[in-house]
Amino acid sequence: MLRGVLFRVRYTAVTARAKSTGRLSRVSVLLPSFHNRGDRAYRVTLTGLASLLPLLLVVVAAELAVRAWPSMQRFGFSFLWTGRWDPVAEVYGAGPLIFGTLMSSLVALLLAVPLALGVAIFLTEFAPKWMRQPVAFLVELLAAVPSVVYGVWGVFVLIPFLRAHAVPPLKAALGWTPFFSGVFYGNSMLAGGIILAIMIVPYIAAVSREVLRAVPGSQREAALGLGATRWEAVWSAVLPYGRAGVIGAVMLGLGRALGETMAVTMVIGNRHDISASLLQPGYTMAAALANEFSEATTGMYLAALFEVGFVLFVITVSVNALARLLVWRVARGGAAGSRAL
Amino acid sequence: MSPRAVRRRLVSGVMTGLVAVLCATAVLPLLLIFADLIHKGATAIDWNFFVRTPVPIGQTGGGVAHAIVGSAIIVGTACLIGLPIGIGTGIFLAEYGTGRFPWIVRFVADVLNGTPSIVIGILAWTWLVRPVGHFSALAGSVALALLMVPMVARTTEEMVRLVPHSLREAALALGYPRWRTSLQVVVRTAVAGIVTGALVAVARIAGETAPLLFTALGNLHLSTSLGQPMQALPLQIYLYATGPFEEWHRLAWASALVLMALVLLLATAARWATRRRYAAR
Repeated sequence: MLRGVLFRVRYTAVTARAKSTGRLSRVSVLLPSFHNRGDRAYRVTLTGLASLLPLLLVVVAAELAVRAWPSMQRFGFSFLWTGRWDPVAEVYGAGPLIFGTLMSSLVALLLAVPLALGVAIFLTEFAPKWMRQPVAFLVELLAAVPSVVYGVWGVFVLIPFLRAHAVPPLKAALGWTPFFSGVFYGNSMLAGGIILAIMIVPYIAAVSREVLRAVPGSQREAALGLGATRWEAVWSAVLPYGRAGVIGAVMLGLGRALGETMAVTMVIGNRHDISASLLQPGYTMAAALANEFSEATTGMYLAALFEVGFVLFVITVSVNALARLLVWRVARGGAAGSRAL
Repeated sequence: MSPRAVRRRLVSGVMTGLVAVLCATAVLPLLLIFADLIHKGATAIDWNFFVRTPVPIGQTGGGVAHAIVGSAIIVGTACLIGLPIGIGTGIFLAEYGTGRFPWIVRFVADVLNGTPSIVIGILAWTWLVRPVGHFSALAGSVALALLMVPMVARTTEEMVRLVPHSLREAALALGYPRWRTSLQVVVRTAVAGIVTGALVAVARIAGETAPLLFTALGNLHLSTSLGQPMQALPLQIYLYATGPFEEWHRLAWASALVLMALVLLLATAARWATRRRYAAR
């Protein structure tokens, strides 16, 4: 009897509180969560596990920043644009690394965005029904190929192909521009950009496909009803509606490209140089970490590498966060693209 | 038809064709990579490849048994650490998913999912390698586990959310406390989906190289001790592919084929499990 009364009192209190704060979860209406000790333990355990993720984000940032501090203090902001990387003289500047990271990702985006949007538009708007699932599956398989396998393919297939068949005509046509000048040895910004493009196509394609699928059918019907051709309907009614999501998808791809490590390390040449020419070797932040981290002997060398890691982390987290917000705005709450496959 | 209408139809037709060509071009690299893997990898694979460890440079033959065993140990340990955290977080997001804190967790999970794996490797290094003074397989496992958590959390959440609300209501109406409803009814119903998500995550971390570079480091001999450096298949491939010897390149292709086959096996098993589940509904 008393239990019943207490229960009722607590129940009223908890629902009233939930209503006033506007956080009325589905189940708290059915049952107050604290009337059972097991419930409380369950909730506390799950909350504890869940809070590990935000904690991890903070810890990574803090750890990197603290260990990079000596380098930050010594080189200041000029670390970000000076180019000398000399472990003997203990002078470090990450300019070429940051330039290479941005440049290779830019090349990758230029190549991957048309392809990925082609996949997304073709599969949602034009492809016959029987084709959609299998082709989508094939494209997503690209995301399942391990980075190091891309690297192997890049070293033994892509680079020889570029050297023998792709670069000579490219140089003949565009050799006068600064972007294709100089001698091509193989390991280069171009090879890195192409490999990255292949790797990020599935991410951009999968998320854009999800976004385009979330565009209501009435958008298409309205455009077609006004006499638009099928392409005009896509171009003027579907794509503008999903614009934010598609931009988000591209940024997710960019985030991947910025942080991709192994395949790039194997084909980009790993030289601390800034060159406008895509045929010349370059370096990226992730590649520098992969190559130099375990051989960093002095404290300052290590601190400089930690600062590289910190910059990389800050850039990728910002790009990803922005992308996520854009995608969520369109395909609400779904885990679009967060799936590995 | 007016010339303008003809032109518009033409544009529509051409763009449809262009989009189809772009789509075909996007699939092309996959086919090329698979063809090369099979063509160059299959010739180097024999029984010895799976049961032997590397032979000294100059000799031919030898295998990658140590790397296969190492990968299994490292990934298995990573699962032991990462799966409980990831699945717990996923259940939390599905069951208590409204409000500010769950929003933050979901957001952070998605952001961490795109974080470069090498940065997580650095974290594992500062926690587990630097204080101890030597590289260890455990550090590699921890790095992979951290990579796993956000992936598993998000897929688990999605799968638990798919469970019909009526099941939960039925259990609660029968007087089940909430935690038992959640664990024994809701999560149990979603278990096939959760396993699928876990398999996909395993497939992905099994191919990771970057976070192992300065944690598990690699080892040319068979090692089963978590406290010592250990070889993993991706590390072996990296070593062989970047080395100067023809024989190593051959082995790199063969190891890459094996790794790819393992990853594909896990990934398609996961797909197959989900498909059957949906078909049953």
